[in-house]
Amino acid sequence: MTDTFLDVKGLTIDIPVGGGTLHAVRGIDFELKRGEVLCIVGESGSGKSLTSLALMGLLGRRIKVRAERMDFDGTALLDASPRQMRSLRGARMSMIFQEPMTSLNPAYTIGDQLMEAMLLHRDVSRAEARARAVDLLEKVGITAAASRLGQYPHQLSGGLRQRVMIAMALMCGPELIIADEPTTALDVTIQAQILRLLVDLVREMGMAMILITHDLGVVARVADKVAVMYAGELVETGLAADVFRAPMHPYTRGLLRCIPQPGKSRRGEPLGTIRGIVPSLVGEVSGCVFRTRCDEAVAACRGTIPQHWPGDGHAFRCVHASGARIAEQEGA
Amino acid sequence: MLQFILKRLGLAILVALTVSFISFSLLFLAGDPAAALAGETASGEDIEAIRVLYGFDRPMLVQYGEWLWSAVRGNFGESYYFKLPVSSLIAERLSVTMMLGVCGITFALLMAVPLGVLAAMRPNSIIDRIALFLSVAGQALPSFWFGLILIVVFAIQLRWLPVSGAATWAHFVMPTIVLGYYAMPAIMRLTRAGMLEVLSSDYIRTARAKGASELRVMFRHALRNAIIPVVSLAAVQMGFMLGGSIVVESIFALHGAGYLAWESIARNDLPTVQALILIFSMFYIVFNFLADVLNAWLDPRMRSS
Ligand SMILES: Nc1ncnc2c1ncn2[C@@H]1O[C@H](COP(=O)(O)OP(=O)(O)O)[C@@H](O)[C@H]1O
Ligand SMILES: [Mg+2]
Repeated sequence: MTDTFLDVKGLTIDIPVGGGTLHAVRGIDFELKRGEVLCIVGESGSGKSLTSLALMGLLGRRIKVRAERMDFDGTALLDASPRQMRSLRGARMSMIFQEPMTSLNPAYTIGDQLMEAMLLHRDVSRAEARARAVDLLEKVGITAAASRLGQYPHQLSGGLRQRVMIAMALMCGPELIIADEPTTALDVTIQAQILRLLVDLVREMGMAMILITHDLGVVARVADKVAVMYAGELVETGLAADVFRAPMHPYTRGLLRCIPQPGKSRRGEPLGTIRGIVPSLVGEVSGCVFRTRCDEAVAACRGTIPQHWPGDGHAFRCVHASGARIAEQEGA
Repeated sequence: MLQFILKRLGLAILVALTVSFISFSLLFLAGDPAAALAGETASGEDIEAIRVLYGFDRPMLVQYGEWLWSAVRGNFGESYYFKLPVSSLIAERLSVTMMLGVCGITFALLMAVPLGVLAAMRPNSIIDRIALFLSVAGQALPSFWFGLILIVVFAIQLRWLPVSGAATWAHFVMPTIVLGYYAMPAIMRLTRAGMLEVLSSDYIRTARAKGASELRVMFRHALRNAIIPVVSLAAVQMGFMLGGSIVVESIFALHGAGYLAWESIARNDLPTVQALILIFSMFYIVFNFLADVLNAWLDPRMRSS
């Protein structure tokens, strides 16, 4: 049960754009064991959505995906036929998207859309699929579940729609759930509630999850592993406990400084932010992409950046082998 | 849904009444019907006599009410020219026009929708280019010219099809192609544009994420949404085909209602013209009503608004 079943090495995503090629994701590695929760964090545009869509095989043919290895339970996803991918999608791996308002088909009832994946992948009757749909709607906290089946998406609020999306992703009992900022588009008052619901369900059903979120508080609570992405690279990855206790990459430390800590920050005080903007990823990208914003940048940051392993499974890429502490020493 | 249908029905009836009144009065505004009826050589007294005989001396509203009441019962009076009941005259011609219209729109939809879907699946591909070429050609070719080309090739040279007339289904093949081809480009482009928009939407990605096959994604998830505006357009085109197939009817000597309308206007055959305008408008209104109902069935958001 604890074997690695998702193994990604050297995942690279190139997008042809007007002026050349956008190297949106460049050689990222991560692994996932059954039942584990991996949180991917990083600011917008760092390639988190592209990475998850690449896993699902949902990027259009215009976007070029390469990898040394991208295996899902022994299946090389990049070599799989469209038919093989279809038999995985929705059945063994499913995805929850960021935009609940537009991710449901306006022309079909909630019930039809919930039952679809199950009817496609499992040899069940409509009645059985319906029973499962009602059961899951109740599990995601929707009242009067049976009567909701006949409703259309436009009759539900954003929060309800996202609960439906969650139920939909669970229909076939997948081994892997990918949730791409599942609550970002929702009202802040229900974000935490829905995220907690999702995490509880995933734990209860023993599924593995890749959760993309901006909420580091959530990451600290639910993640087994953390992957920090910056401008298309995985700058640091490791067990959540290690990364939170001893963040090594300057970007990770910058991110962790950005979380408001209850009691520590006074009201009205600005949150910590990382200065500067992300460089263009069109054309040749070399050296450390974070150097333009890094307080600890040195000349060597333009060259090849080594990878360091400060602990078991904990890895980061930086010229400062022990995670330079210059800024902290100055600040202390 | 029922409430929506009733609302639309009420609206349709209101429009129908307005249109009928306009068509009734327009012909009065066009000139003195009694004088037209009496002919150029008639004296003033003759004209007055005819005016009284046909009841043109009474208030217009009374005439309208009377005309409408008999029209509703299928009585449109007698044709000035043929001296036959207008209703029987039209019934015979209308069946030809209806046949042509139904065949024409079916042909147009069968060409345009699959082409539009294929073009949208592979924008800028060879199929997309072919579809674009066919649609530009469809708009650039005048119907009469296209019709004559077909006659020369298929009727005269190859002798596969009869040149003109309406006796068998074979007589309808070329008129259907000409009429349908005229309506095809707009439907094709609307289908393509609608599909392109829908295919880039989030719910299509959701359908793919569920493992739906490409065919299922295209037809069940995308086309179902993209076809909604096409339904309205097809209704308008269908109405247009019934009233505006005069050119096609003349080329192929199909004596349909469009041809009759043209003849009757030339002959100042007032009752026939009025009846035809009324019937064409009613068809138009009925098709639009049916399109609204079909759209409401396709799009649940429309039902509740
Ligand atoms: N279809 C696309 N065409 C062009 N650029 C894209 C496309 N999808 C994503 N990108 C670009 O790739 C980068 C990473 O995008 P994304 O994975 O969506 O970031 P994230 O989810 O981390 O916010 C961004 O700069 C984005 O603009
Ligand atoms: Mg994203």
